[in-house]
Amino acid sequence: MIIKRPHDIQPSEITPRGVYEGRRRFMKLAAAASVLGAGGVLEPARAQEKTLGLPKLGNVAKSRFSTAEPLTAYKHITRYNNYYEFGTDKDDPAEYAGRLKVRPWTLAVEGEVAKPRTFGIEELLKFPLEERIYRLRCVEAWSMVIPWIGFEFNRLAKLVEPTSKAKFVEFVTAVQPDTMPGVHLPVLDWPYVEGLRIDEAMHPLTILAVGLYGEVLPNQNGAPLRLVVPWKYGFKSGKSLARIRFVGEQPKTAWEKANSHEYGFYSNVNPNVDHPRWSQKRERRIPDLFARRETLMFNGYGEQVASLYAGMDLKKFF
Amino acid sequence: MRDSQSFVPALKALVFVLALVPLARLAVALAFFPDWLGANPAEFITRSLGDWTLRFLLATLAVTPLRVLTGWHWLLRLRRMLGLYAFFYGVVHLSSYVAFDQLFSVPEILRDIAKRPFITVGFTTLVLMIPLAATSTNAMVRRLGAKRWLALHRLVYVIGPLAVLHFWWMVKRDVTQPAIYGLILALLLGYRVLARRRGRRGSVPAPATR
Repeated sequence: MIIKRPHDIQPSEITPRGVYEGRRRFMKLAAAASVLGAGGVLEPARAQEKTLGLPKLGNVAKSRFSTAEPLTAYKHITRYNNYYEFGTDKDDPAEYAGRLKVRPWTLAVEGEVAKPRTFGIEELLKFPLEERIYRLRCVEAWSMVIPWIGFEFNRLAKLVEPTSKAKFVEFVTAVQPDTMPGVHLPVLDWPYVEGLRIDEAMHPLTILAVGLYGEVLPNQNGAPLRLVVPWKYGFKSGKSLARIRFVGEQPKTAWEKANSHEYGFYSNVNPNVDHPRWSQKRERRIPDLFARRETLMFNGYGEQVASLYAGMDLKKFF
Repeated sequence: MRDSQSFVPALKALVFVLALVPLARLAVALAFFPDWLGANPAEFITRSLGDWTLRFLLATLAVTPLRVLTGWHWLLRLRRMLGLYAFFYGVVHLSSYVAFDQLFSVPEILRDIAKRPFITVGFTTLVLMIPLAATSTNAMVRRLGAKRWLALHRLVYVIGPLAVLHFWWMVKRDVTQPAIYGLILALLLGYRVLARRRGRRGSVPAPATR
């Protein structure tokens, strides 16, 4: 009996010549591009940051929408979370979200669309990924700077072809009663539902994030796929999405149902509209001791998004 | 009797030192080990100080029921110190908010007190504690006379519920924690109502103090 040793197999016998030659050509191009700095592939710049060592995401492009502000440490981003499905304390998600089942994962996209369909997470990870370094302003008056990895929501929307009846988009978080201790308590009306007006959802700043600090999202940050809307308070950015519905009517969101007096549908970051229980004028950049940072209108994204609200009374539509 | 309580001064000294541990822990963490305080150190410090204010308040209110139920009358000799520690932690709690949240801005603080019910209640609670702390010395008890002093110090029955209400209104959604403190407070105050009723019926002698 003849046992073939591995090196007897030539690469050319496995991979068709055209394919591997194409691959080599691409790699040379990519290397050249990064040297020239023209839309280069993201270099492993923050290799010194101590992460959870989750699978890395490759081929991540930079974005003109990224801020140059110093990044919040990975440990703070992943240990100071509001994810009530795992408990209401800030450290509950880091402690309990490890159980969340993120594979297999599907995202149903439906409602007022011509081509409703369900995406597997593997398909979603194939969208061209970008790093978006965004400010995150929580309604609780603290903020972070977070290097998300994701893609614009409008890319996904185009695939399902929203109809003219689609005026709003509803984002529904998964409910896993066996892994989420919080959903057994009546803290919020589960599942967690958030919503955007269609033009807000289609805005290039609105992304679906799949990664953080070059790796896939940790569960406590909304793995495997979450919304990020940087000019709105953090709770608008639903985590661990299971379903996205294009709808005709303004969705009733989880926090509106819980307390419509304190949490409005729009919830744009606005230093001039206080939360009934605290001021929104200033914020504490994690991990600062003092709340010394002035909160910016639309969280500093006014240049990009203010036109969405032209003529609207933002005190009324808070 | 005197001899059997000779341990009390030593116990008082021990409680005095132990009561400073929560504050010392925060100070050491802030100065040398910021990681202990997590991502939002100011929130951690302010909330921890608030928790301890409430705990000392409840401990103060627990003295009378415990004393009557156990017959450990020496507990009464710890009460003043526990009450003063409640006030002390309340003052440091307020200072933490004034410094870290409001950056010492008096107009902002006044606006906050006027505008936000949970701040209004918290501030009122601490203000109500001032006369009790100020009249805590033996000399003040003598000056006021026992009757008036006792009447004044019944303010603590207002201070306790206000402190719990302050916590309750501060919480965003999950009221489990304030509910636990509220339940303990209700037991401590409910005991007094029951004891007073029984006292009136004459079945059990009314406790010597509140």
